[in-house]
Amino acid sequence: MKLQEVKDILNAKVLVGNLKEFDENSFAIERVFASDLMSDVLAFAEERTMLLTGLTNLQAIRTAEMLDIEVVVFVRGKLPNQEILNLASEKGIIILATDNSMYDSCGRLYQKGVKGMS
Amino acid sequence: MNKNNNEPKYTVSYSLKGKDFLEGGKASSKIKSRLKDLGISPEIIRRVAIIAFEAEMNVIIHAYHGTIKAEIDPEKIAIETVDKGPGIEDVEKAMEEGYTTAGPEVLEMGFGAGMGLPNIKRYSDEVDVTSQVNEGTRLYATVYFN
Repeated sequence: MKLQEVKDILNAKVLVGNLKEFDENSFAIERVFASDLMSDVLAFAEERTMLLTGLTNLQAIRTAEMLDIEVVVFVRGKLPNQEILNLASEKGIIILATDNSMYDSCGRLYQKGVKGMS
Repeated sequence: MNKNNNEPKYTVSYSLKGKDFLEGGKASSKIKSRLKDLGISPEIIRRVAIIAFEAEMNVIIHAYHGTIKAEIDPEKIAIETVDKGPGIEDVEKAMEEGYTTAGPEVLEMGFGAGMGLPNIKRYSDEVDVTSQVNEGTRLYATVYFN
């Protein structure tokens, strides 16, 4: 799935990054890991994964950075502060934000064929 | 200790401050970019980065201050953290998933669920943790290139 489609399905805003550039040069979104617990993300998330989380702090971006996760979606209408967006931008991580809850976000993506880790 | 031509080829070290959550992950980020510069394979870098990040967060969450060090030699990469802090009463138990002494403020940051040491174990080839209560903890985790 193109990242542009992900944005439409989740009715998301782009906070950092260029979706067109990502869709042209990077991988298709096929898998998602969703969690507010970064240790679980560190334990289970694989590469070429999109991260859905309600945790909008620096550690969420650091976790994505360590795992080479290139796309992070903040759910439940949570917006990170500028410092966090700056770090994401510096690390080349795309940030989307949606008002949908975690469950609804996952459900919408799953329905369109995006799978989880198991 | 490292006599007999066993000196690490390349070492980077950073100091860490307890409860400085805003800095949490900065040292691991620097270690990760050094490994990239050295041309180490992404799969190895990923494992080492996860180990370093969890170890760094452990020091920041639990200890007063400490250091994190990465040693790179032709066979392996080792991550070492040494801290001054409360220490771990039961290291074996701390290695179990779900065992934690962290408070709710740490959980709110996405950590403190008792997954730190188990995660480090999961991604390391060897882990050695020694700790003394009211003194501190030393963690030494190794990843071999093959």
